[in-house]
Amino acid sequence: MGTNIIKVSHLQKFFGKNQVLRDVDFKVDEGDVTTIIGASGSGKSTLLRCINLLEKPSGGEILFHGKPITGKGFDPCGYRAKVGMCFQSFNLFNNMTVLENCMTGPVKVLKKTKEEAREKALLYLKKVGMEPYINAKPMQLSGGQKQRVAIARALAMEPEVLLFDEPTSALDPQMVGEVLSVMRQLAGEGLTMIIVTHEMAFARDVSTHVVYMADGVICEEGAPEEIFEHPKKEKTAEFLRRFSER
Amino acid sequence: MLPSDFWGRIVFILQEYGSSFASGIWTTMIIAVISTAIGCLIGFAIGIVQTIPCDREDNPVKWGLLSVVKFILTAYVEIFRGTPMMVQAMFIYYGSAMVFDINMGMWTAAFFIVSINTGAYMAETVRGGILSIDPGQTEGAMAIGMNHFQTMINVILPQALRNIMPQIGNNLIINIKDTSVLSVIGVMELFYTTKGIAGAYYTYFEAFTITMVFYFIMTFICSRILRFMEARMDGPDNYELVQTDALVLGEGMHTYTGKDKNVSTNSDYRAHKTGNFNRDQREGM
Ligand SMILES: Nc1ncnc2c1ncn2[C@@H]1O[C@H](COP(=O)(O)OP(=O)(O)OP(=O)(O)O)[C@@H](O)[C@H]1O
Ligand SMILES: [Mg+2]
Repeated sequence: MGTNIIKVSHLQKFFGKNQVLRDVDFKVDEGDVTTIIGASGSGKSTLLRCINLLEKPSGGEILFHGKPITGKGFDPCGYRAKVGMCFQSFNLFNNMTVLENCMTGPVKVLKKTKEEAREKALLYLKKVGMEPYINAKPMQLSGGQKQRVAIARALAMEPEVLLFDEPTSALDPQMVGEVLSVMRQLAGEGLTMIIVTHEMAFARDVSTHVVYMADGVICEEGAPEEIFEHPKKEKTAEFLRRFSER
Repeated sequence: MLPSDFWGRIVFILQEYGSSFASGIWTTMIIAVISTAIGCLIGFAIGIVQTIPCDREDNPVKWGLLSVVKFILTAYVEIFRGTPMMVQAMFIYYGSAMVFDINMGMWTAAFFIVSINTGAYMAETVRGGILSIDPGQTEGAMAIGMNHFQTMINVILPQALRNIMPQIGNNLIINIKDTSVLSVIGVMELFYTTKGIAGAYYTYFEAFTITMVFYFIMTFICSRILRFMEARMDGPDNYELVQTDALVLGEGMHTYTGKDKNVSTNSDYRAHKTGNFNRDQREGM
């Protein structure tokens, strides 16, 4: 296994009085593909958003290469530039073309030259199969295409870790495949990823590590075979059974 | 020498006072256009400040400072929206001379009053424009490491600007008409000029008929220009697929700025641009 990148310990998150994350511990090493599964409302999105500092943790610690990300003097923008995120609703910039979407981060945040950024953007757009669409605006694309552009935009930042929050949940069934196959390819290339998903078959083949969350805690975690074939906890088995019935 | 029929008098006034009308129109337009532009800048600046996120517990000093600034800005907006521009003109023009011993000069006063008024209206419009943008846009920008300022400049404000273009147009048209109140401090805009012309031969009806038409032409042309700008901002309705081969030649496209300012040396790129041009022409026919 590679070096440790992210270590979450005793993470807690309150929304007002409502405790959404109770005591979450887990770590991500270089090259890991961690998938987080669990029922709706169990706190999966909140966990990812805390890792990316889109939500401020209420307690506990998140270490990035050993440094606490909520510590004094820690630069959240520089951190987010290294930890990419893809959203369920894509969140592409509507005022920019596909190419501009992928260039703006490298140019404005990483201070790359336009030429350099353009080259990188084209490289990653090609990787996700969206390079013919560089002049299109997000409004003119299908959901699957938008998500692939969003992945290219995140990749153009050359992040150390890429977070995915249910990247295929907003898509029509026939578009799910194209996004998952891009992600599968990225996993094969050794990109470190944390993926929240309801696509169990995908989670099973692609991940190195599966985390099952329930009610704001990690109920069970382990290699995909362990979780999917021989879950230790009854709760996990129950969740998976309900899923396969649908 | 004054013709006895209506149209004759109109022609006579136009011949005699054409240059006065022209200078009145020029004065009106220059005040309206520049002040609307400055007002928009004020509005955007205030809109940005009003939407800076800040947590009281996170950073109490910043929070306190921001609250004071926001209070002052809100007071400005409420006061200038809540009083007539004509009264403000008198108040500021004579007040600055009396109280602060500043002789503003008519032009400075004119630009100042109209800008600051437009700013007060635009501040609320911009704030609304910013709030109307999907928060997902901000999250998308934050997720690639942009700070608040970068997010605003690159992502939120361009979209907000597009959404509030109709209101900016509205403000410009209102300003073209409302510069007429500046006559109370002696600014020689179109209304004040007309009054002088009408008084000379006692031809009020004729002179103001002409001025009505001029005002209408000015506002109508401006509203068309703004529509055109809106259409330009929207960009083309459709896009063209770029062939993979064109990308291999990517090196040659380094002059691309995203705004078509520079002509690329890449022939595929040029061909693709020309294609665009032809299509636009076809649509125009
Ligand atoms: N901004 C917020 N304010 C208040 N409560 C919130 C907020 N965001 C999430 N919650 C609550 O936190 C809980 C966990 O939400 P979260 O979005 O993390 O669940 P999830 O596991 O991602 O579910 P899903 O599979 O439906 O996406 C929910 O009960 C939700 O109502
Ligand atoms: Mg969720």
